[in-house]
Amino acid sequence: MWKRFRSNIGAMVGVVLLAAVILIAIFAPLIFANTPWQMVQRPFLAPFSMDSLPLGTDTLGRDVAAQLAYGARVSLLVGLVSTLVALLIGVPLGALAGFYGGYVDEGAMRFTEFFQTIPNFALAIVLVAIFEPTLASITLAIAIVSWPPVARLVRAEVMSVRKREFVDAATLAGLSKPRILVRQVLPNTVSPIIVMASLMVATAILLESSLSFLGLGDPNAMSWGYMIGAARTVIRSAWWLSFFPGIAIVITVLALNLIGEGLNDALNPHLSRKGKA
Amino acid sequence: MTILIAILSRLAKAALTLLAIAVLNFCLLHAAPGDPAVVLAGEAGAADEQMIAQLRERFGLDQPLYVQLGKYIAGIVQLDLGYSFRQSAPVIDLIAERLPATLLLTLTAFVISLTCGIALGVAAAARVGKVSDSLLTTLALLFYATPLYWLALMAVLVFSVWLGWLPGFGYETVGADFSGFARAIDILKHLILPALTLGLFFMAVYMRMTRASMLEVSTADFVKTAKAKGLSGAVIRRRHILRNAILPVVTLAGLQAGQLVGGAVLTETVFAWPGIGRLMFESLAARDYNTILGVFLVSAAMVILFNIVTDIVYRIVDPRIGARA
Repeated sequence: MWKRFRSNIGAMVGVVLLAAVILIAIFAPLIFANTPWQMVQRPFLAPFSMDSLPLGTDTLGRDVAAQLAYGARVSLLVGLVSTLVALLIGVPLGALAGFYGGYVDEGAMRFTEFFQTIPNFALAIVLVAIFEPTLASITLAIAIVSWPPVARLVRAEVMSVRKREFVDAATLAGLSKPRILVRQVLPNTVSPIIVMASLMVATAILLESSLSFLGLGDPNAMSWGYMIGAARTVIRSAWWLSFFPGIAIVITVLALNLIGEGLNDALNPHLSRKGKA
Repeated sequence: MTILIAILSRLAKAALTLLAIAVLNFCLLHAAPGDPAVVLAGEAGAADEQMIAQLRERFGLDQPLYVQLGKYIAGIVQLDLGYSFRQSAPVIDLIAERLPATLLLTLTAFVISLTCGIALGVAAAARVGKVSDSLLTTLALLFYATPLYWLALMAVLVFSVWLGWLPGFGYETVGADFSGFARAIDILKHLILPALTLGLFFMAVYMRMTRASMLEVSTADFVKTAKAKGLSGAVIRRRHILRNAILPVVTLAGLQAGQLVGGAVLTETVFAWPGIGRLMFESLAARDYNTILGVFLVSAAMVILFNIVTDIVYRIVDPRIGARA
C-alpha cells in the first residue's frame, strides 16, 4: 500500500508541499524575528524590494512573510481539529445508523439530511457570528457543517461490512452487538474514512479562510483569509497583499487534495483513478 | 401522477425543513451571549431603551420560551422576519429587494458550471491518458483548491484594474440611466466576472465527476455491445455513455446547490453585487442578527427549491426512478 502511494507522483508532490507548510508553521518564531502584528517598516512596501522583508509590508507596515508563516499555524490547526471533531460526530452517528438499522437509521438519516439541506457556509457564518469569532467557535462551526458526509459514508460502509461472514462468526462466538460494532466492523471501515478525512482538512482550511475573509476570524490570530480580507479594499494599489496569502492557501489545499487522492488510489486500488469529486 | 405525488411529498418535507430551520434560528438567537432584546436590536447604540422595551413586549421576552417560540414561528409563517434596526426596514423587504440579483447570479453560475463542466469532463474522458486530459485534470484540481473569493479578487485585478475589459464592481453602471436593451447589456457586462468566478469552482467539481462517471460507464457491457454493432466512438459516447454518466452529476449538482448559495456570499462581497449575500456581509459588521438569520432562512429555502427542481429534472431524465418509487 505504501509502495503504491509512493509511486504516485501527485501524492508525493502533495506530501512535500504539505511538509514544507507544516515546517514553516512550526518554526515560524525561529525563521522570523518579527511577530505578525509588529510594525517593522513603512506601510505598502512592495515585495522583493528589501531582503529582510521579501514579501513586503501590509497596510500597517507589518511583515507579510511573517504573517504568512503564522497564518499557516491557524489554517493547519483549525483544519485538523475541526476535521477531528467532525469525525467524532459523524463516525458514531453513521456507525449506529448502519449497524442497527430500523428506527435508529431512520432518525439518524433524517437528522443528517436536515444538516445537508442547510447551505453549510451560511450556517457556519451564522454560528460564528452569533457565538463571537474565536478559534474555538470557528473550529466548532466548521465541524458542525462538515460531519454529514462522514455519517453517510460510515453508514454505507458499516451496512456492507455488517453482512460479511466474519460478523456472523463473531455473533456465533457470542460477542455482544456493541463489541462487534467497535471491534469487528469499524476497523474495516477505516481506509475510506482516512481518505475522506484528508480531503475534509482541505475543505476546512478553505472554510476557515473564507470566514476570516468576511471578518469572522479570531481577532487574536493571524490568518490567511484575514490578510486577503484586509487587503481587499487596497487591491488596486497593493496587489501583493492579497496575492501571496491566496497562493499559500492554494498550495496547502492542493497538497492535501493530492495526498487524499493518492491515499484513495493506494487504499482502494480497484477504484483507482476515478477521482471522486 | 407519480410525479405529482412526489412533488407534493417533497413540498411537505420542505415545509418541515424550513420549520426546523426557523426553530434553529430561534435557539441561536437565545443562545447568543447577552439579552435577546439587545441581540435582536443589533449592535449597542442601534436601538434606544424605549425600542428595546418595545421589543421585549412584542416578543414577550418575559414569557416562557415555548410561547416566544410560537410567536416567532407565527411571525415567520406570515413572512415577518423581524426588523433591521441598522437599515431601518423590515428584513423581508431588504431581502426581497436583493433577491433578484442573487437569483440572477447563482442561476447563471449554475448553468455555466454545469454545461461547461459536463462538456469538459466528456472531452477529458474521451482523451483519457493524453496530454490534453492531464492538462484539464490538473487545471480542475487547481481550481478545486482555489478559494472562491481570492479567485474573484484576482479576476477583478486582471480583467478590471489592469486590462480594463470588464467592470469589477456593482450591478450596473451608476448614473448611466440606461433603459431596455442597453441596460440589459450593461448588467450582463457586470455579471460576467462574478458569474464566471462563482462558476469556476463548481465547473471543476462537475468536470471531475463527469470524467470519472464517463470512464466508469464506458466499461459497461452495453457499451461493448454498441462497439460490437460497429457504432462510431462519438455516437457511443453521446448516446450510450453520456446519458448514463450524467445521472450522478445531476444528483451532485443538486446537492451542491447549498454550496453555490454559500459561495454567493463571497462573490457578492468581492464584486459589491447587490444580492442577499452582500446583505449578509454588511449585516455581519453591524451584528444585525435579524437580517443575518433572515438571509440564512431564505438561502435555505432557495436550496430546497433548487433541490426540488433537480429532483424533477432527474425524474424526467431517468424514467426508471419514477417506476421504482
